Amino acid sequence: MKNILKIRNLKKIYHTKKTETLAVDDFSVDVKEGEFIAIVGPSGCGKSTILSILCGLENKSDGNIELSNDTTIGYMLQQDSLFEWRNILDNCLLGLEINKKLNEDTKKHVINLLKTYGLKDFIYSYPDNLSGGMRQRVALIRTLATNPNLLLLDEPFSALDYQSRLAISDDIYNILRKEKKTMIMVTHDIAEAISMCDKVIVLSDRPSVIKSIYNIELENKSTPINNRKNKKFTYYYDAIWRDIDFHV
Amino acid sequence: MYSKEHYIFLKKLKKEKIFISIFQFSIFIIFLVLWQILANLNIINTFIFSSPKKIFDTIINLYNKKNLFNNIWVTTYETILSFTIATVLGTFIAAILWWFKRVQKIVEPYLTILNSLPKVALGPMIIIWFGAGIKSIIFMALLISLIITIISVYDGFNNVNKNKIKLMKSLGCTKWQLFAKLIFPSSLGNIISALKINVSMSLIGVIMGEFLVSKKGIGYLILYGSQVFNLSLVISGILILCIVASIMYYLVSFLEKKLIKKDIR
Repeated sequence: MKNILKIRNLKKIYHTKKTETLAVDDFSVDVKEGEFIAIVGPSGCGKSTILSILCGLENKSDGNIELSNDTTIGYMLQQDSLFEWRNILDNCLLGLEINKKLNEDTKKHVINLLKTYGLKDFIYSYPDNLSGGMRQRVALIRTLATNPNLLLLDEPFSALDYQSRLAISDDIYNILRKEKKTMIMVTHDIAEAISMCDKVIVLSDRPSVIKSIYNIELENKSTPINNRKNKKFTYYYDAIWRDIDFHV
Repeated sequence: MYSKEHYIFLKKLKKEKIFISIFQFSIFIIFLVLWQILANLNIINTFIFSSPKKIFDTIINLYNKKNLFNNIWVTTYETILSFTIATVLGTFIAAILWWFKRVQKIVEPYLTILNSLPKVALGPMIIIWFGAGIKSIIFMALLISLIITIISVYDGFNNVNKNKIKLMKSLGCTKWQLFAKLIFPSSLGNIISALKINVSMSLIGVIMGEFLVSKKGIGYLILYGSQVFNLSLVISGILILCIVASIMYYLVSFLEKKLIKKDIR
């Protein structure tokens, strides 16, 4: 598989009036097409900063980011941020509207996505009428609408309760595999990282440097919920848990 | 179909509502009756305190001389005019301040000073600048309602959910798209509640303006009444003003319900 993203020595410094903070230092990684990568680390360590820089919301201080030519990025945030005054379909069309790519074909594509992923009856509903898990699914489809091949997920499930969280992570995993996407996910949930991803990158506390990288090799790899029952799951869990500097 | 308990619950709600309405209405009636009785028994001086009957006669008299709706219309017209100008101009200026953050930072202290200044103090100057006519009244009303509109609408623009802004930016929006697709629609509720304040502000401004310069309008009726010591006329004016103010307020509330139902649900 070819690399679609190459990051070399990424560095980010935040400036305020009183101090400057080194948030990310010397972050390098290669991302192959179709790969699912998780970035875990203690909270506030600068995980999200990396995603923000990748999709252009923030500037990097130093380093190199190389995207292969045909790569487009979709970004999914922790909050679904659906617009209450737009119905579900119009919410999903937002990206297409902004990029002026809205036409009959792209609209049909979005409607198909909604139908395929269990939102058929809610196309013309308003966000208020949907459960948290469904709203998150809508947010994913909004991200998929512009047809990006690299998806950045920033703690996508942390606003949900545990039950919906398990269900929706299964959902989203299946959707992304089926649509043949590449994914980088930031999470603080170790189990989520292991069960969903091929590779887990552990970051240290601020400034974030890469502490270790785990290639998750489970026998009979299955969906996230099933993966949690895998024998090697506990092994990875313990190893990553030890790697994360955890202090209360 | 609901359960029996539910119907009992609904009935209770309705009963409570009727109870409240009856009380509200009877306070008003008792007040009027008491007032009239005290006036009839000469316990209060009707020359100073007037009486419900005298007020009623005054209003009928105004109506017969075609002075009633004429004056109401003048005040209403002035209020609507300044209300509309303040809303449109205020929203527009707020949008400019949002667009050019630096301009906002520069003018902020001036806005604050203007907002805290009692506008009546400018009255004499306004008369000299704009003459004793409708222009002065509108300007007075604008001074009072415009600044507050700018401030509250701008606050709305500035308090749009940060995550939604981040989302828009991650989709690669232009500044205009950010405003048109997110900032403005999500502030609509805010703008409408600004309208509610605005309608009373405009009315206050118009009455103040009419006190200063006019020869027509409800404010003029009240002022004229006090000058000729016709307290019945003064109180009639205040009563009419109460009615006009509440009608305007309910119209805006009605508009709010309609708009929110349609756009935000």
